[in-house]
Amino acid sequence: MKTPLIASGLILAAGMASADTPVLTIYTYDSFTSDWGPGPAVEAAFEETCGCDLQFVGAGDGASLLARLRLEGDSTDADIVLGLDTNLIAAARETGLFADHGVDASNLTLPVAWQDDQFLPFDWGYFAFIHDTDMQNVPTSFTELAESDARIVIQDPRSSTPGLGLLMWVKYVYGDAAEAVWEALADNIVTVTPGWSEAYGLFLEGEADMVLSYTTSPAYHLIAEEDDTRTAALFDAGHYLQIEVAAMVEGSDHADLARDFLAFMLTPAFQSVIPTTNWMYPAALPASDLPEGFDTLIQPQPGLIFTPEEAAALRDEALEEWRAALSQ
Amino acid sequence: MLRFEQGLLRFDDFTLEADFEVAKGDRLAVLGASGSGKSTLLSAIAGFLTLDRGRVIVDGVDVTRTPAPKRPLSILFQEGNLFPHLTAFDNVALGLRTDLRLDEGTRARVNQALDRVGLAEMAARRPGDLSGGQRSRVALARMLLRGKPLALLDEPFAALDPGLRAEMLALMGELCADTGLTLVMVSHDLRDAERLCSHLLLLEGGQVALQGAMADVLRDPPEILRPWM
Amino acid sequence: MARSAQPVGISAWAGAAVAALVLTVIAVPLGAVMLRADASSGLGPADWAAVRFTVGQAFLSALFSVGLAIPVARALARRNFRGRSALIALMGAPFILPVIVAVLGLLTVFGRQGALSEILRLFGLPGVEIYGLHGVVLAHVFFNLPLAVRLILQGWLAIPVERFRLAATLGFSSRDIGRHMERPMLRNVLPGAFLVIFLICTTSFAVALTLGGGPRATTVELAIYQAFLFDFDLGRAALLGVVQVAICVIAGVFVLWVATPNAIGTGLDQPVERWDGQSRAARLLDGAFITAAALFLLLPLTAVVLRGAGAIATMPPSIWVAALRSIALSLVTASVAVGMALPMAMLIARGRARGFLETIGALSIAVSPLVIGTGLFLILRPIAGPTDMALPVTGLVNALAALPFVLRALVPAVEQAEAGYGRVALSLGLSGPNYLRHVLLPRLRRPLGFGAGLAAALSMGDLGVITLFAAPQQGTLPLEMYRLMGSYRTDDAQGAALLLLVLSLAIFWIFDRGGRVNAAV
Repeated sequence: MKTPLIASGLILAAGMASADTPVLTIYTYDSFTSDWGPGPAVEAAFEETCGCDLQFVGAGDGASLLARLRLEGDSTDADIVLGLDTNLIAAARETGLFADHGVDASNLTLPVAWQDDQFLPFDWGYFAFIHDTDMQNVPTSFTELAESDARIVIQDPRSSTPGLGLLMWVKYVYGDAAEAVWEALADNIVTVTPGWSEAYGLFLEGEADMVLSYTTSPAYHLIAEEDDTRTAALFDAGHYLQIEVAAMVEGSDHADLARDFLAFMLTPAFQSVIPTTNWMYPAALPASDLPEGFDTLIQPQPGLIFTPEEAAALRDEALEEWRAALSQ
Repeated sequence: MLRFEQGLLRFDDFTLEADFEVAKGDRLAVLGASGSGKSTLLSAIAGFLTLDRGRVIVDGVDVTRTPAPKRPLSILFQEGNLFPHLTAFDNVALGLRTDLRLDEGTRARVNQALDRVGLAEMAARRPGDLSGGQRSRVALARMLLRGKPLALLDEPFAALDPGLRAEMLALMGELCADTGLTLVMVSHDLRDAERLCSHLLLLEGGQVALQGAMADVLRDPPEILRPWM
Repeated sequence: MARSAQPVGISAWAGAAVAALVLTVIAVPLGAVMLRADASSGLGPADWAAVRFTVGQAFLSALFSVGLAIPVARALARRNFRGRSALIALMGAPFILPVIVAVLGLLTVFGRQGALSEILRLFGLPGVEIYGLHGVVLAHVFFNLPLAVRLILQGWLAIPVERFRLAATLGFSSRDIGRHMERPMLRNVLPGAFLVIFLICTTSFAVALTLGGGPRATTVELAIYQAFLFDFDLGRAALLGVVQVAICVIAGVFVLWVATPNAIGTGLDQPVERWDGQSRAARLLDGAFITAAALFLLLPLTAVVLRGAGAIATMPPSIWVAALRSIALSLVTASVAVGMALPMAMLIARGRARGFLETIGALSIAVSPLVIGTGLFLILRPIAGPTDMALPVTGLVNALAALPFVLRALVPAVEQAEAGYGRVALSLGLSGPNYLRHVLLPRLRRPLGFGAGLAAALSMGDLGVITLFAAPQQGTLPLEMYRLMGSYRTDDAQGAALLLLVLSLAIFWIFDRGGRVNAAV
């Protein structure tokens, strides 16, 4: 533990790192830094070579991360922000707080092309509905789902990343017809939860037949729990992508160190940690290097994604359609 | 009228034992220091506590196992005799009809009782607007109205100032004389007891230390009664 | 009512200072968020829909909680049975459970695959559907019924025993007792109980959305969340925070005018000694109410215990560290809450500006932790690193959240002590610390123990503002539990939930007992 436990909360002194070791501060979402997340392994691997002290600061989820950064503005302590996704990039770029990374990104293994001077992907996944393998008549599209009597749990796009992803997925596939699709889906939606945890919890409780998550979710059950009864539904029109990115902060005191970290992020030392800690696909690792079990996952075609600018422009309209359709 | 026969009440750290009788129309004062067991004794007669041994007989009927509401007696506490949300009139009327459904006849009787204790003018007031003495009178009026043959008084006037107390004791005496009420009054003041009561019972540590007719006891007070004089 | 001179005057300044501090800690962060805001869109129709839904569901939740609590409290007041105190203590547990744990527990009974649906299906009936307004109200009743029962039971036990004896000698029937003793008491007690639960329910967020079934179940708290995290419209977030304050003040004004405050937390051990309601039917009815309430509250808790039991031994070590941190935090919270509540209670007992002070005390339940946390973050960040502030700030905010409950426990006890001993103390020239030490504190041990225990237990289960401030190495137990849930680790999370439940109850029990040992009352 870098910070001593302050039982009575009286000591307000700042960090304890010794003065001659540079400290690289990375803001990220909570689950990245937990004991079972990628954080500890990434930190150990980078500190072996950097001669620095890497400190993670956890700030809720991706949206809280950006809010925290906006609250702090120019005076932020962050050198790197890690864990924004494509839906947040436009707003993040608008803050003007980020610098160009200058890292060679030619070895990316994303299912789509990636070109961005500031934001560099470190992992990605397809959104998908997870269900038990014994489910009958698994739908292969949103319209089939809407016609079936399958019960689904989804997340609220206003407070949850997958929820927003689903909003974009429906918008991408159906465009102007999205609102009608939501109206048709309304009677399938058992409930809308504030976050992924609640939704997934309800699904595991048996409250719904399907839950919105990622195609990689069954890998957790298979690898960590040796349970092969969960799988993802393959939708013919393709699956929306979530791409998680990192970027360095303009005016960081440790710009070189930050750039080194971003380069390190795309090496196997970082990338091979991702699949079984973050349960996502690494952004720069060939499929052959994925752990055993990932080969059993469904392979959606194609991967769908709006550019950050498109996503930002469509967001409010899509949300209003969603709200109107489900508030009947 | 009242017979407390070989009564025994046992608690963790205290035992009360007594045996006495009160004849019809007699007025017994139970005198004792705090913790001597006098309120406990009253609770046992009223039926709030059940005897571990012995019997309570009222008017020739064994009421040892009779629940409190069914015993033919009225009781007056030091405080909390009146319900704060009801008027003096309603508080008295409770003595006749607990559902307060009153016809002309009962209303008249309630007014009569209030008049008897000198509170005819105060009928519409609530306890909060009455003085301590007036509150005691309301409670007395109710006791009068209920017409139960046995009255238990648990230091009902102890909180009043001496002049008022004397006045209330005198009133109580009159009422007893009017109605032939049998009375048991708990007190820690021998002078109060002397004013109202015909007989005396002194409790010490849960045991009867002395009992007899008031006049006899006071004519030649034994040593044990000295501290009370 | 006229009040005699009382020696509380000497600590009035302390009470006023605390009241001012409470106001400051609520108002200044709100202001800070507003100042930091750029152009705001103001409140839209969706926000007002959220306000309507929030008030509506909170009203219904409070109504049902209080309404159902009356027969349960009455039954508990007049029946004595083995395990009565333990049942009362255990029944308090839902109140301190993290929301998601309680919801998952509820689903084991009321869910699609829950016990109730399974039983109905045995008879060929359709299962129950919990999602919708009724589900939200059900969950809120689950959380708040125990509190309502406690508040009302306290009212029953506060009826002087002489009154029941008097009723017995007057031959009162159950109806008469209801009319002359219970109804006047309920008229005093119910509005306060209703207000507290109404306010708690106005800040509901995850329960309302998860069980509400869709975006029509959007509460003000969720609208704040959206304004802050989705739109980054700080002005609207702060404005919605002000709306919450307004709801609280309006409700407070309504209720405090009709109610005298009631005590919680002292002496629920002994049932009332009474002679009515001994009939077979009355016994059966009371038994049915107690059993129904116990099943409703304890079955979901049992589910939490059973699921957690398997995982508790194999949880990652960070959970145990987080548990220690949570214990430390709850101790800080308890002492801060009691330290704030005592001078305020003394000031309130003086009778001046009572409604105003109680409303200030209640404000802290109704104000969004997200807005307060964000405001404090903005204020404190230039002074010190947020991670260094995590525990003190969380302790302070949690203490504020517990303040109304601690106040309710303390005020009547302070009043009683003042009434009984204030004049003697005054005549002896006992004042200041000596008065506090020799007169007041010995009389207040029980409510102080109860209040501290409640504050500690509430803090234990609260996620609150720590999420904004905590570094990864500083997670509290509920935060760690959410992190586990967010990483598929459901089993470990259930173990953590059980640990949380046990620790919360234990810490409450220790404080509450501690207050009773050698207590003067």
